[in-house]
Amino acid sequence: MASEATAGPSTGPRRASPWPKVGSYVLLTTLSVVILFPIYILILRAISSPIAYINAGQPLRLVDPEWDVFSRAWSEGGLGRAMLVSAVVTIVIMAAQFITSVLAAYAFAFLEFPLKRFLFAVVIGTLLLPIEVTLIANVRTIRDLGWLNSVQGLSVTFLATAVGIFLIRQGFLGIPRDLRDASTLDGFGHMGFLFKVAVPLSKPVIGSFLVISFLGAWNQYVWPRNATDKGDWQTAQIALRTLISEKPDELNLSFAGAIIAALPLVVLLIFFQRQMVRGLTAGAVKG
Amino acid sequence: MTATVESDPRSPTRTSGQKVREALLGWLFLLPALVVFVGFFYYPLYRLVDMALHRENRFGLGDPPYVGPSQITDTLTGPDFTEGVAHSGLYVLYTVPLGVLLGVLLAVTANRRLKGIRIFQTIFSSTVATSVAVASVIFFTLVNPVVGYFKDVSWLSLANPDTALFSVSLSSVWQNLGLTFIIVLAALQAIPTELEEASALDGYGPVRHFWRITVPLISPALLFLGVVLVVFALQAYAQIEVLTNGGPGTSTQTLLFKIADPDGIRPIGVKASMSLGLFALTAVVAGLQFGLLSRRVHYGE
Repeated sequence: MASEATAGPSTGPRRASPWPKVGSYVLLTTLSVVILFPIYILILRAISSPIAYINAGQPLRLVDPEWDVFSRAWSEGGLGRAMLVSAVVTIVIMAAQFITSVLAAYAFAFLEFPLKRFLFAVVIGTLLLPIEVTLIANVRTIRDLGWLNSVQGLSVTFLATAVGIFLIRQGFLGIPRDLRDASTLDGFGHMGFLFKVAVPLSKPVIGSFLVISFLGAWNQYVWPRNATDKGDWQTAQIALRTLISEKPDELNLSFAGAIIAALPLVVLLIFFQRQMVRGLTAGAVKG
Repeated sequence: MTATVESDPRSPTRTSGQKVREALLGWLFLLPALVVFVGFFYYPLYRLVDMALHRENRFGLGDPPYVGPSQITDTLTGPDFTEGVAHSGLYVLYTVPLGVLLGVLLAVTANRRLKGIRIFQTIFSSTVATSVAVASVIFFTLVNPVVGYFKDVSWLSLANPDTALFSVSLSSVWQNLGLTFIIVLAALQAIPTELEEASALDGYGPVRHFWRITVPLISPALLFLGVVLVVFALQAYAQIEVLTNGGPGTSTQTLLFKIADPDGIRPIGVKASMSLGLFALTAVVAGLQFGLLSRRVHYGE
C-alpha cells in the first residue's frame, strides 16, 4: 500500500470519501435499518402471541412472548419432517450434480469423441428449458413413473445442470496441458487424472458451484409444490405456505417456520461467505 | 466461445485403439447428464407440444381428442394468456430497474474504507440467506391486508387490484437486494485503483467520477444483473401464491402463475400451450443470459 500522497492529504489507496465520514455512517445505518426491518418484524411476529400482538396495535416490541413457538413449528407445524425431506433432496441433488457435471466437464475439456460439438450444444440448449417451462410435462412424467411424493420425484429434474458442466469445464480448461501430459506419463489414466489432479486443482470453481447447487436445491419452490400432493413429502419451503393457509389462527407457527427454514442459509452465509460471493457472482441462481 | 470446445491437437502417435477407447470414455462420461437432459428437458418439450395439440378435460379422464394447433393459437391470442404476459411484464418493470438502482446505491455506499464496514456489507448481503418462500412469509407480515404491519398504507395494499402486483413485487426487490449488492460490489472492487487516482488527478469531482469512470466500468456487471433479474421476475411464483394467490380477481396472476394453476381451473392443453408461450419468452432472455454468462466466465479465467 504505497500509493498514497497522489491526490490530496486524506486519500488512501481507495478514493477519498466525498462526504464526511459521519454522513457515510448515517447513510449506511439508514440502509441497514431498511433492509433489516422486515426481518425484525418477522422475528417479533413469530415470538409474540398472535392475537395479543394485533390487539396491542402492532408495536415494535414483543407482546406476550411464546418462546415454545419454534419447537411447536418443528413438531406440530411439521417443519421437522419437511426440513428432513429438504435435507435429503438437497444432498441427493448436490451429489448428483457434482458427479454428472464433473464427468461431463471432463469429457468436454479433455476428451475427443465424435459429435462433441453437437452434444455441447445439447447441453447449452437446456438453458432454454428451465423448470418453469417444462413444469406441466415433467409433472406428467413423474406421475406416469409413480414418483409423485418421493425423493426421486423431488430431485430427478435437477440431477444434471448445464451451469455446473459449463463452470467446471471452464475450470478444467485452466489446467496447464503440461500437467495433463506429465500425469499421463505417471500412468494415471483418465480416471486418475480426473480425481487426483483435475478435481483438486479446480476446487475453487467446484466450491462455488456447490454453493449455487445448494441454494438452488434448498430454495426450490415451484417444482416441489407440483411434485407433491401429500403433506408428508413437503419440503421446508412448501411447508411455510401450507402453514399460512391451513393454520390462519396460528400464523406465528409459519413465521417461526420461516426463521427455521432460513437457518441453513444463515450458517452458509456466515461460514462460507467467500465461496458464496464467488458462486453468486459466477452464475446467479434462483432461490 | 465455440472455438474453445475443441481441445488442443493431440500428438500424432496415438493408435486408433486409443482413439476408440477415448471416444467411448467421452460418451460414457456424458451419459448420466444426457439421460437427465433428454428425459427432463427435451422430452417434456415434445410432450408439451403433444399436450397442446390435444384437448383434454381438466380431470384428465379418457383419451383426449386431437384438436390440432388451434388450441395453441386460441390460447396464445386469448385474454388469459395476454393478461399473464402483461402481468409478468409489469413484474419485470417493477423489479428490474429498481433492483439495479438499489444494488448500485448499496454497493457504492458500502465500498469505502471505514471502520466496521464489513458489518454493513454483511447486513447488505443478508437477504441472500432468504429463499423466495421465506421472503414471501416475511412480506406477509408486512403487507397482508388483515395482519400486515403496513396494512393501512394504501399504495401497498394487496386488497386493491391496482396496487397488489406492485406490493407483491417489493418482496422480490427486497429478496434480490443481497444478490444485487454482491454483484455490483464485486464489480466496483474490480476497478483498478490507478483509475481512481487518475480521475482524482484530472480534477474529477465525485459525481463526474461516478458517471464518467465508475458506471462505464461496471456496466457489463449491471447488464448481467439486469438479465438475471428479468429471469427471476419471469420465475416469480411463491410470492404470488403466498401473498395473494393470484388475487384480488386475477390482478396478480402472472404467466407462470396461470401455468402452475394451483387451483386447477385450466385444462391441461391450455396450460401446455401457455408453457410454449413462456418458452418463447424465456428463449429470448436465456439467449441474452448465455451470451453474458459465457463472456463473464471467459474473462474470469
